[in-house]
Amino acid sequence: MCGIAGIVSIDNRRAFAPSLLEDMVLIQSHRGPDEGGIFLAEGAGLGHARLSIIDLSTGSQPMANENESLWCVYNGEVYNYIELRPELEKRGHKFKTTSDTEVLIHHFEEKGPRAFNDFNGQFAIAFWDISRKRLTLVRDRVGVRPLFYAIVEDQFVFASEMKAILLHPSIRSEMDPEALDEIFTFWSVLPPKTLIKGINELPPGSYLTLENRKIEVKSYWQPQFPAEGCEDGRPLSDLVDELKSLLIDSTIIRLRADVPVGAYLSGGIDSSAITAFIRNYTSNPLKTFSVTFEDKNYDEQEHQLQLAKYLDTEHKTINCAYQDIGEIFPDVIWHVEKPLVRTAPAPMMMLSKLVRDSGIKVVLTGEGADEIFGGYDLFKEAKIRWFWGKNPESNWRPKLLERLYPYLALSPGKTKIYLQKFYRAGLELPRAPQFSHFPRWSTASKIKAFYADGFRNRLGDYDPVDSYIRTIPPAFKDWSYLGRAQFIEIQTLLSSYLLSSQGDRMAAANSIEGRYPFLDHRLMEFAAHLPPKYKIRGLFEKYILREAVKGLIPEDLRRRVKRPYMAPDAVSFLYKGAPKYIDEALSSESLKNTGIFKPNMVQNLVRKLSKLASDRIGFKDNMSLVGILSTMIFHDQFLVNFAQISSDKIKRWREKNIIFNYRGKHEHRRDYTAVHR
Amino acid sequence: MNIEGTIRQFIVENFLMGEASRLAGDKVSFLDSGIVDSTGVLELVTYVEETFGIAIEDDELLPENLDSIVNLANFVRKKKESRQPISQKQI
Repeated sequence: MCGIAGIVSIDNRRAFAPSLLEDMVLIQSHRGPDEGGIFLAEGAGLGHARLSIIDLSTGSQPMANENESLWCVYNGEVYNYIELRPELEKRGHKFKTTSDTEVLIHHFEEKGPRAFNDFNGQFAIAFWDISRKRLTLVRDRVGVRPLFYAIVEDQFVFASEMKAILLHPSIRSEMDPEALDEIFTFWSVLPPKTLIKGINELPPGSYLTLENRKIEVKSYWQPQFPAEGCEDGRPLSDLVDELKSLLIDSTIIRLRADVPVGAYLSGGIDSSAITAFIRNYTSNPLKTFSVTFEDKNYDEQEHQLQLAKYLDTEHKTINCAYQDIGEIFPDVIWHVEKPLVRTAPAPMMMLSKLVRDSGIKVVLTGEGADEIFGGYDLFKEAKIRWFWGKNPESNWRPKLLERLYPYLALSPGKTKIYLQKFYRAGLELPRAPQFSHFPRWSTASKIKAFYADGFRNRLGDYDPVDSYIRTIPPAFKDWSYLGRAQFIEIQTLLSSYLLSSQGDRMAAANSIEGRYPFLDHRLMEFAAHLPPKYKIRGLFEKYILREAVKGLIPEDLRRRVKRPYMAPDAVSFLYKGAPKYIDEALSSESLKNTGIFKPNMVQNLVRKLSKLASDRIGFKDNMSLVGILSTMIFHDQFLVNFAQISSDKIKRWREKNIIFNYRGKHEHRRDYTAVHR
Repeated sequence: MNIEGTIRQFIVENFLMGEASRLAGDKVSFLDSGIVDSTGVLELVTYVEETFGIAIEDDELLPENLDSIVNLANFVRKKKESRQPISQKQI
């Protein structure tokens, strides 16, 4: 994990103070506290906050090619750098380091943007070509590592986190109501939109070039599925063998690091599989980490311990109580940089702290398996509804819905007829792109009932679902029900919520790097071509993955039905003695001043939920409370008090004496502002 | 307050968070209008059972019994009428 930042003068005239670039690096220092680096050239500056993982001694950034005509700052890992290097050496490149950074600089030099398809990893990279005065930004296929940009007057500003861009003195920060409306539909805002008007997120699998005042964004990778009926037709046993070898390789290359690597254990099959592969196919000493919950409705400790014992790992846990979530939530929002409809990221921040305190910088985790093998209940819902939609008058087909969500205290399965009515909505449109996600999106959209009239007017007739559907590729309509649902899941939730809010940001908050073997693009492409019946067999999810780990994990764990990772939501904020910020954020006065939600409705919600135990609060109310509270915190941190909060953070990092290595021509550093004014 | 009024007040306070204007009438379907979702039904059932002292069986969780203020009030009345006093039951 690292943080990157940069400023490019679009018309080559306007200069900036190097101290701005330093501040942009410092405010992201949690991403990389080991070193700071700045490169200054005519018309551009690059900044880097480093977390040293590979080539500890000479891997500092910004880094350049042999003649220093191409410079680079980079956050992430290109795991196959070892395989890419010999070809580059053959072509005459002289390497000064053993780092992956230098490999990708030379590879980009050779192939330009075509190089990105050769990179296997998770990355956000900026290249500055001095002679052409050309900036290239690129982001990995599924968006594991973040990258944002904005045009501020005649400067192009980019960074790993939005807060660095917000430091620019000329930026006007204003919330984009459409982005909030997207969060209250999809759970997250879809790139290129962000919560702040004018700041864009570079979409996953895309690159951007800026040259001669022209900005171009192009996609180099998107998830793709075969037409229905044209899936991989090989026998199951062959597919299981290939899956296993892909998983072993994708796990092994993710252990490449010059520091020790650990693993998260959630208690489910995905992280168990990864940990088992590490144990069985490498000699890596194995440290594992888990969150446990005081509220037993969320706790998976029993299964975590079972696996840790079985694989003989050095296991550590951190226990999470309601109070913990309530207390750290503002910090969570500071790192996530967007409102949330669930608190689930918060315990992940506690977990990354435990990892950091244990002297580990890198962890492998099981994220992505649910998206690529159809693990979520949403996919089962889609399967049942698709099956039911073929014969909507059937009495027994919808009864399958009752088998979903058995782990919820307020299981919708207990209200059978209602449940059917709920899922019947949209049933007549099985080929509509939103078919699979209609139930989830309509539940989240209930929060919009709290919108204040003025805010609703600002939204006009914006419809996030319509707007998203217009971006879906034409081939989508030919894919299976599962391929379609997976595509939407990967595009709307994986990158901007799961990998970002719950992944990158919660790990980076404590200077930890997460690595995701299931998101190796070779594995994703293989899984996309599997027949749906090998992903969800009957209503048994991730069937083929379970086959691939036979004999590697305990049999009962291998057969266990998925229980999604969740954390206590509303109750984390409504207990006696809860932190003061909650009352302040939800007070009539704050709500009225912010103008987003109706104060009376919010207070009635709080009154209602304060009386209920955690297992008596439904999805809709939990989401509403978390969504409203996090929006209020976000508004306060990023729009009202940003100047104060950011200068305090920068000051604290400066006091830690981070040393900045300056690169580039010396006169740029000494007298940068004067030279270019 | 009559049964309709009691239920209406509960719906407005608990599902509409006080916004009475969002309830278009006593015959409006809770589910079609999005006022109550499938987990909300459980809240509604718990409330009705506790407030009116009746027990609702699983097979009674039907839209015709629960899905509007009018339907629910009629259902509650029917249940109350059919309920025999406990003392008689014991005999």
